[in-house]
Order: sequence, then structure tokens, then C-alpha cells
Amino acid sequence: MLSGASIAFLATAYLALLFAVARFGDARADAGRSIISANVYALSVAVYCTSWTFYGSVGRAASGGLSFLTIYIGPTLMLLFVGVFIKMIRIAKAQRITSIADFIASRYGKSQLLAGMVTVIAVIGVVPYIALQLKAVAASVDVLMAHSGNSAQIAGLDSTFLIAVVLALFSILFGTRHLDATERHEGMVAAVAFESVVKLIAFIAVGAFVTYGMFGGLTDLFQRADEAGFGRLFALDSGKAGTWTSLVLLSGLAIIFLPRQFQIIVVENVDESHLKRAVWLFPLYLLLINVFVLPLALGGLLSSGGTGINPDTFVLTLELSRGAEALAILAFIGGLSAATGMVIVETIALSTMVCNDLVMPILLRSTANFVEKRNDLSGLLIGIRRAAIALILMLGYAYFRVAGEAYALVGIGLISFAAVAQFAPAMFGGMYWKQGTRAGAVAGLSAGFLVWLYTLLLPSFARSGWIGNGFVEHGLFGIGWLKAQALFGLGGMDEISHCVWWSMLANIGAYVGVSLWSSRDAVEASQAERFVDVFRFAGGTTEARLWRGTASLDAVVELLERFLGVPRARQQLAIYAAARDVDDWRALKVDAAFVQFAEAELAGAIGSASARVMVASVTQEEDLGLDEVLGILDEATQVRAYSRELEAKQRELQEATAELREANERLRELDRMKDDFISTVTHELRTPLTSIRALSEMLHEDPKLELADRKRFLGIIVGEAERLTRLINQILDMAKLESGRAEWTTGEVDLGELARETMDSVGQLFREKGVALASEIRDDGLVVLADRDRLTQVLINLLSNAVKFVPGQSGRVMVRVGREGGAVRVEVADNGPGLTAEECSVIFEKFRQGGNTMTSKPQGTGLGLPISRQIIEYFGGKLWVESHPGEGANFIFTVPLPVPDE
Amino acid sequence: MRRASQIRQRLAGLGLLGIPLLTYPVLGLPNGVLDGIPVTYLYLFGVWGGLIGLAAWIAERRGG
Repeated sequence: MLSGASIAFLATAYLALLFAVARFGDARADAGRSIISANVYALSVAVYCTSWTFYGSVGRAASGGLSFLTIYIGPTLMLLFVGVFIKMIRIAKAQRITSIADFIASRYGKSQLLAGMVTVIAVIGVVPYIALQLKAVAASVDVLMAHSGNSAQIAGLDSTFLIAVVLALFSILFGTRHLDATERHEGMVAAVAFESVVKLIAFIAVGAFVTYGMFGGLTDLFQRADEAGFGRLFALDSGKAGTWTSLVLLSGLAIIFLPRQFQIIVVENVDESHLKRAVWLFPLYLLLINVFVLPLALGGLLSSGGTGINPDTFVLTLELSRGAEALAILAFIGGLSAATGMVIVETIALSTMVCNDLVMPILLRSTANFVEKRNDLSGLLIGIRRAAIALILMLGYAYFRVAGEAYALVGIGLISFAAVAQFAPAMFGGMYWKQGTRAGAVAGLSAGFLVWLYTLLLPSFARSGWIGNGFVEHGLFGIGWLKAQALFGLGGMDEISHCVWWSMLANIGAYVGVSLWSSRDAVEASQAERFVDVFRFAGGTTEARLWRGTASLDAVVELLERFLGVPRARQQLAIYAAARDVDDWRALKVDAAFVQFAEAELAGAIGSASARVMVASVTQEEDLGLDEVLGILDEATQVRAYSRELEAKQRELQEATAELREANERLRELDRMKDDFISTVTHELRTPLTSIRALSEMLHEDPKLELADRKRFLGIIVGEAERLTRLINQILDMAKLESGRAEWTTGEVDLGELARETMDSVGQLFREKGVALASEIRDDGLVVLADRDRLTQVLINLLSNAVKFVPGQSGRVMVRVGREGGAVRVEVADNGPGLTAEECSVIFEKFRQGGNTMTSKPQGTGLGLPISRQIIEYFGGKLWVESHPGEGANFIFTVPLPVPDE
Repeated sequence: MRRASQIRQRLAGLGLLGIPLLTYPVLGLPNGVLDGIPVTYLYLFGVWGGLIGLAAWIAERRGG
């Protein structure tokens, strides 16, 4: 049933399906309805799971037990530090970064040297990883063919080579369909997310079939494995602690520094917030795809029984041994899917780097004429990329031929992981340490790469016998401490940990050391600022000041048209012009901002280093010099600090203003009250004065006035004069009380006694008017600390008020004195007309009097109650009135009793 | 901005918790068998799953 043709047909059909998904994704992106959601983004990150995961993990688990999990725990932990990723994405967007080489080169002064170095390291480092995919797919084809009794050779070519060719063609078709090199590859991302789902389903299907179909579930598998002596595979060996830690570290770095991971996570990110989903959904994916790895490995070991089946193919051979061919086909598709996804994204990422950072600089430099002659270079760019893809796959095939047979899948992959980990110091340093210099980055990368080359890559060649293994066995030139996998005698470690330890030591040491002892140039300094402070870089004016020079619009536009193609260049120019409210881009001013826009557009197509060189070639840039650049940056920093200070000051000012306004309001209110007071006082004084004056004038001018009238007038004059004197005394009294200058003589006062005395002294008033005055003094010895005369004044005031308002003959006034709580309560109740609720509160205001002052003659000064209240409050008591119209009024005051001495 | 930064910090805190839990020497502690399944296997997947669950809770909840 499984013929070579049917396998080829299925594989082709699946690849076509992937292609269709990509076309769909691109079409939607062109239509402005992107299908890249947070979930799609998170799933596309699972391009991390290649055929290493699909086939290799089982092989690894069959020999190394649970240590295969380190490769998935590292990324889980790394992703939790999501701030690092967000910063990377923010920088990449601001700088139009297209690859990891571009990132590092751009940070260290848009250096073509660094860009080239990173590219070379990435290509050499990743080649083994590509070889791994070829080997895995080839092995899977071989297993299927062997099962059906066919030969895997077609026309004398081995299957691995054919697979490399097919994958190369597919990647070219896939990744470089657009002539437009600057767009995101949304279709690719969609296809990768799709293939991630396929490989997960395929793997879980196989895992479930083996665990529950061939064995009696997890428990059964573990028990039988234990009995068969495989118990060490699911025990953790503390002796491998170093290996475990270094693998977690390596994989944590790989999740971001593998070119394809950087491409997917950083370059293809359309929305920062998608990371929030990826931070848990991708680890969940990793967990799910790993649940059945150990069971599959154990199942494979148990059923093969030492027949020499390669554990890396257990995923296929297990179900084939039970004749489940359909499931085997699904597994094959899953593995193919995993490999294809990896190869596509990896080669696209690498080919961009090779084109922008290796080939273009050489072309631009060495054959200026050649580039000059071509009008539209965008086609050339695509051509270079296609060639690069083919070359990378052929290098992968070559590595497979040379060294692939000697290693298991995971072993090959780890070589690549150790290579890309070399980017970590320059990347992290570049993002968080402004002092990191180009020289430091070059030194660190070179040192780390050389150590990796010597301790890991070359030994992998030696192991397969392709080169002599003397340097591994005896050390270079026979020098013992130069043994490739026991440098300086450091033995007892596995080769990966050994390489990680020495290469990181060399890399970080050189990077930090050289950075500290070298100086930066102007471009480096400004790029360092832009990277490290990406979240608060002032942009705008600072950006504009960091470039000074002259350029012609035509030259810059021509440059853009040549590299981007005319339509896209015009489109971008129109967008830029529209953002500046310029109708026609031909009318654009060629200033710093425009040159920066042009450089950014070019950087998207040919990388930041080449873009800088090209822009510099058509403009006359003034060299600002390091001092001036640092000056501008310092100023920008200071301006930021100033503006923060200014903000704080402004806030303080606002608070102060609010307080002032409030105080002003209060003052105005007081002022108004004072005015009111004065006008009222004047009015009150004028009334008696007017009547005194009028009567005096009458007496003066009319000497013939009757004696009886004279006596009456003089009586009124005396009365009014008395009232005037009283009023003035009270005003003075009030003023003293309010200003706190009143004199108080505090002593012990028995309120019961005081009430009796006061009632006696005012008794005449009551008797004259025929008003009954009664008292009810409930307790004796109610002694308070107060001013006797003042309290008498209050009581007289209340009593004289009462007698004024009660009706003659039928009036009754009741005085009650008693203890209430910790105070003495004195009540003066009358049966007068009573007060409305409103009057109850206003009668304590100055010059407010009971009764209608408009219609009847005022019966008091209007100051008695306010003064009384002041006095009572001075002694800590309260004075108020309880009354309803028609029910009489009840004036009450309390004076607190002294706290007894203990 | 502040809220986003808080999520970032909480996730980073979770990462700092995860590192010691998923490396030695803590990893050397679990051993034995529970219900026929090795405790090491359960521990690794349990802690791993727990971290993922917490990360999902931190990243996705609203209004916190």
C-alpha cells in the first residue's frame, strides 16, 4: 500500500496545502484584514518544535531519560521575562530591523563588519540544524520505504539530497514570491501556525495510540519499563545537574536567538500585546507535545527489545510494527510538517541576512559600477535571496554527508543552539548597557565563535572521520591542555556544557573587557541611546538634530526607487508626504527627518548597515563628531529630566493656586461679613441718634413747647441715649470677645445659686409686666469653673429676652437648672410666640432679632444672643434654642462640670 | 503603561520562581512512584503546568 509514489503524492499534497494557507494569509493581509491574531502568533512561535522535537526527543529520551525536557523548560522560563521581548520588538520596529544580524549591527553603529560576522556565525551555526531536518525527513522516508520494501534511491540520488532540493524549491516559492522585500510575511506566519497544529495532533495521536493502544496506559508502561531495567530513564540524576542547567540556559537563549525564532517573535510580530498570549500558550503547546515523549521512548525500547532500531524513528516504527499504516502516514506528515516549517522560516531569515549583510555590502563596495547601472535593484535582491536559500540547504546537505551520521538528531541540534547562544552577550549588552562598544561586540562574538568552532563543530567533523581527531584526543599540536573537549584539562563535562562554559567565558569576557577599554564613535553613541532608552527616547527634535547635511530630493528618491521598486517607493513617499500635510511628495523638504525616513525605508529592504552606506553616498553629511553627538544626547536627557521637574513644579503650583483660591474665597467672605457688620452697626447706631437729634431740634427750635411734651421728649432722649450707650458697650464687648482680648476672671460658680440671684435681680421687670417667673433647680452644688459676671450676663440676657416676647399678664417664664451628663444644663422656657425653624438658627447671628423688625420697633440690640453664645462657648458649653411657632421658646445652655481630681 | 509593566513584572517574578523549581538541587528531591507513575515525571510536568497556568492567569485576567 505504501509505495514511493503515494508517499511523494501525500507529501506534495501537504506542501501544496501549506502553500494555499500562506496564499490565503497573504491575500487577507493585502486586503487589510490580517489573520494574525494572538493565537496564530503564539502557534507560529511553535516553529521552535522541529523534527528534533518530533523524532529526536524520543531518541534522546531513550538514552538520556527526562533530560530531553530541558529543551522546552528553557523557553518556558525565558518567555516569562516578557519585558525583554517587548523591548526587542519595540527597538526592531523603531529601527526597521529585519534580522538578528541587523539588530546587532544597527546597535553598534550600523556596522557592516558586525552584520557580516553575525551572518556568518548564524549560517555556519544553523547549518547543522538544517542537516538535522534533512536527516530526520530522510530517515522517516527510509522507514516508510523499508516497510513497503522499496528502495529510497531515485536515479542514483539519495533521498536526503532529493528532500533538500524539494525543500529548497518550496522555500524559494514560499518566502520570496514577493518582489517586495520589506513586507512582513503574514502568509508564512499563518502557514507555520497551521503546520504547528498538524504536528501537534500527529504526535499526540501516535503517543496516545502507543500508550493506550499498544500498552495499558502510562502506569503499565512505567511498570514494564521499570521491570525491564529502564528505570534510570525516569529518575533524575543529580550528577547531571550541570548538563541540565546548561541545556536549560541554551534552549532559553535559542528561543530568541535562533534566526527563525527572532524572525517569528520579533520581526513578524504585528502587535506587542500578542506576546501576552504567547507567554503561556506556547509553553502549553510545548508541554502537550512532550507528554508522550517518554512513554513513546519506553514503548519503543520495550517493543524493539534491542533489535537495533534507531530510537529517533520510534515515532514511525512503533505503529508500523502494529500495521497502523494510516497513523504512520499521519506521523510522517507531522514530521514533514515540523521540518518544513523550520526550513522555510530559517532559510528565509538566513537568506535575508546573507543578502543584506553579506552580499549587498560586497556588491556595493566592490562593483559600484554594476550597481550603478541597474535601475531597479529590487529584482536583484530577490535573486540573491533565492540563491542564498538554495545555498543554505546545500550546506545543510553537505554537513549531513560529512558529520550527520555520527550523531543522533538532538546532538546535531545542540551544536546549533550553542552557536546562536554566542549572540546573547552582544544582544543583551546592546539592549541594556550603553557602554558596550562595536569593538567589544566584535571581540566577544569572535572569541565565542572560535571557541565553539574548536570545541564543538570541528570535533563533530572529527567524530565522523572527515578530519583527523588528533586535536580532540591529544590536543592541538599534541599539547595536552588544548584537547578540544577538555580545554585546559577541564574534563568530566559533556561536550555541550564544556563548550557553553568556555565559549561564554571567552565571549562575555572579551565583550565586557574590550568595551571597557575602547571608545565609541558618534553613530554608536546615538544608536546606543536609541536602543537602551527605546521606551523614553525623545525622538522628534533629537532625531533631527543628530543628522546634519545637504541632499537633493531627486537623488534620495532615485535611491529608494532602485531598491524598493518604483511603485512601492512612490507609495511610501506619498504616505510620508501625507503625514506632513504635503500634497505632492515632489514638494517635500529634504531635511534630517526626510533623510531618516529614506534610510529607514532602505533599512527594511537591505539592512541598516547597507542603508546607511547608500544614503551617505547620495547625501553630503556633515560629520557631527562624538562630542557633539554626546552633547545632543545629554541635552535630550537633560531636557527629559527638566520636563519631569517642570511637571512636578507645575503640579505643586496648581495645588498652591487651589489653596490660594480657597483662602481668597474665605477672605472675601470675611470681608463681606465685615461690610455687612459695619453697615448694620451704622444703621443700628443711626436709629437712636436720629430720634435723639429730631427731638433735640424740636426742643431747641420751639421754646413754647408744653412742659408735658418737653418732659416726654426728654424721657425719650434719655432712653435712646441709654440704648445707644448699651449698643456701643455691646459692640465693644463683642469686638473684644471676637478678637480674644476680653478679660475673664475664672472662679468656682454655683449655677443654682447664680440662677436664684439673677432671677431676684430681674424680678422687678417681670413683676412690672405681670409675667410669672418660676424656677426648678433640681440639684445643688452644681459648681463649674467660669466667670461669674459673664454667666450672669448670659442669664440676664435670656431672661430679659423672654420677658420681652411673652404676652403681658398671661406670660410665664420657667428656669430649670440640672445636671446632664458631665455638664450643667440651664433652660429658660417661655410661652411666647415661639420661633420658626429658620429663626432658631438666625437669631444667633449679629443684629438679627426675633420678630419682624420691618414692622415693629426693635426691642433689643441684636447682639445679646451672639455675645451669650460666645461666652458659653468660651467655657466649653453650648447655647441653642428649641422652639416651634406658637409653642413658646426654650433657650438652653450647658456648661461642662470640671473633671474631678483623683 | 503602568498596568502593562505590572503584568511584565509579575510574569518575571514567576520566571524567577520557576528557575529554582526546575533546576537542581530542588529537582533532585522528588523520587519514588505514585499510582504507578514516577514522581519525577509528575513533578516536572506538574510544576511546568502550574507555571503555565499561573502565567495564563496573570496575562489574561482583566481589571486586576
